[in-house]
Amino acid sequence: MNNTTDIPILRVENLCKSYGDLHVLKNVSFEIRRGEKKVFVGPSGTGKSTLLRCINQLTVPDSGFVYLNGEEITNSGKKINEYRQKMGMVFQNFNLFDHLTAVRNIELALLKVKKMSKADAHKKAMDELERVGMADRADFYPAQLSGGQAQRVSIARALAMDPEVMLFDEPTSALDPELKREVMEVMRKLAEGGMTCIVVTHEMKFATSFATEILLMEKGEIVERGNPADIPTSPNFVRTREFMGSYVEE
Amino acid sequence: MFESFSAVTDSAGFLLGGVLTTLVLVGLALLMGFLIGITLTLGQVYGAKIIQRAVSVYVWFFRGLPNIVLLFLFYFALFPFFGLSNMPAFLVAVIVLGMRSAAYQSQIFRGAIQSIADGQMLAARSLGMTKWQAIKSIILPQSLRLSLPGWSNEYPVLLTDSSVAYVIGVAELLTRTSQVISRTGEPMLLYLTCAVVFILLNYGGMMLIQHIEKKVKIPGFGENECEQI
Amino acid sequence: MSEAVNITVSSGGFDAVVQGIIDYFVSQIPFWQDILLPALFDGLFVTLQLVLLTAPFGFILGMLVAVSRVYGPKPLKWLAKLYVIFFRGCPLLVLLFILYFGLPSIGIVLGSYLSALFGFILCNSAYNSEYLRGALQSVKQGQMTAARSLGMNKIQAIFYVIIPQALRRALPGVSNEFIYLIKYSSLAYVVTVIELTGAAKIIASKYFMYFEAFAAVGIFYLVLVTIATVGIHFLEKKLAIPGVSGVINK
Repeated sequence: MNNTTDIPILRVENLCKSYGDLHVLKNVSFEIRRGEKKVFVGPSGTGKSTLLRCINQLTVPDSGFVYLNGEEITNSGKKINEYRQKMGMVFQNFNLFDHLTAVRNIELALLKVKKMSKADAHKKAMDELERVGMADRADFYPAQLSGGQAQRVSIARALAMDPEVMLFDEPTSALDPELKREVMEVMRKLAEGGMTCIVVTHEMKFATSFATEILLMEKGEIVERGNPADIPTSPNFVRTREFMGSYVEE
Repeated sequence: MFESFSAVTDSAGFLLGGVLTTLVLVGLALLMGFLIGITLTLGQVYGAKIIQRAVSVYVWFFRGLPNIVLLFLFYFALFPFFGLSNMPAFLVAVIVLGMRSAAYQSQIFRGAIQSIADGQMLAARSLGMTKWQAIKSIILPQSLRLSLPGWSNEYPVLLTDSSVAYVIGVAELLTRTSQVISRTGEPMLLYLTCAVVFILLNYGGMMLIQHIEKKVKIPGFGENECEQI
Repeated sequence: MSEAVNITVSSGGFDAVVQGIIDYFVSQIPFWQDILLPALFDGLFVTLQLVLLTAPFGFILGMLVAVSRVYGPKPLKWLAKLYVIFFRGCPLLVLLFILYFGLPSIGIVLGSYLSALFGFILCNSAYNSEYLRGALQSVKQGQMTAARSLGMNKIQAIFYVIIPQALRRALPGVSNEFIYLIKYSSLAYVVTVIELTGAAKIIASKYFMYFEAFAAVGIFYLVLVTIATVGIHFLEKKLAIPGVSGVINK
């Protein structure tokens, strides 16, 4: 057994975040090892998205720690920009750079952050587009893409940085049902390739089939967690079953 | 009144020189306004509190004063006070019009930056870009395109304002027209000609700008930028 | 002024500098009290007169031009357009020279005050008409149809239904133009009207007090413009109708 499976890729310790009187995160702790897929579910406004943003410090937590491969990244100052490359993030609204074509969206950070040569960046960008099945749309602008296509490009953009873990923040919530599937397909393929993933989603069916662990969040806390296979029966998943409602019985 | 149209034709070369001065004055002021304006905007949007304050005061000052008062203040009072009483009037006009235009331009850019969704910055930072890299590669290119329609308005404004440089004796079109009149008379004919030339410069320039706007247009960009929140 | 600076520098020491500055300002009080401020207040009166006379006429004329452009017959539309092109494209100073120096050569002598006033009205109305035209065109087609269906004739429909709605939308533009008017009223000085700027220039040249005169007149304008801005903002808030354009947001 090699070392990398022993040290968690990411360890989150007692994260707290509040906006005024509203406590969005209360002492959230968990860790994730290489190849694991953790899926956070729960009602809206319970801090799931804030948790993801606190992990890569796009939102600065009030207290608590995040470790990437054993190194503390909270309070890491300028070095955070290096750590962020290793944590690819996918947003609900895609957030593709609206003034750049699909392929240029991917090239930009390769050129500016990774300081790749133009040719290398282009090749890498095209490879990533190929991987999400979007190579034929390389020269399209974001406004010319469907939501599903835009999200696939944004996944490719994050993958191009060669991240060790991917953070998905409700990647399908802004999409029509028929477009959700193409994004989920891409995520599944990624997972099969061994990518470590943290996902926030409302798609319960997808969550249970994708996750190695399901974590239910309520009011800023992880209240239940475990193997998705146990959800229908285990006493550990009473509230999860409640939350899923009719979905599981279906 | 138009007994001698020759008053115009005889002085055509002299007047064209005035047109050239006007255009160079406007061009330099636009450029200066652009550079200072961008700096002001970045200070106002991303700067520390004190810088934001300072920019607001700058904008309030230059937008609150008439051109003519600014020109007098700089030409007769401020530059001489700092020992620069030999500053050429043309340069003073460029500086005053440029600094004033910067105040207006900065507000155009500011509006554009604020209309860009926060997600663009988040996405850039999530890829490991520094704040400055994100501003340079994402925010500025987008906001400059978004501010083009508002920005192109600065050209006619500066063009018409540039004639005020007459009051400190810059040899632009209006000044030269007046000089010709003092030699040959024909004020009506010559001032009307001057007006028509300004109007032609105005609409000619606008057409050029619209052409550029079409050229740098990105499909779908700037049409629904309010959709994302 | 340069005298005062010399004194402070030559006597040396911080206290001496402060004392020098204080002495300098004290020595200036009679000049401000007896000469500069009275002259500027006389000028202010003329400036206010010009501005307050121009504004209503500029607005009404602008409205006529706008209505002609949107609802008038072809030749009138064409004429109104020419009017706007000329008076917006022609620098105000050139227009003032045409009125003040040009017209007398064809036998029309307006004098300096009327030249300035007419020039301002023409310029102000041309700019206002553009805001008003945009506002008129933004009123939905259905409004006119509905008014006509009630038996109103076209003019009644324009005055009772279209214009009241358009006015609110044009308010930000028109009030902006009012602020500009305060500032460009200073051009009247060039055709020898002794308003604020003229008064300052005369005192400055006569007493060789350029800095004092222009600083003081600058403060006058800043106060005027600031008061007008605050007043307009207040007015816009008061006149806002729920759902009729975002006047306040402008």
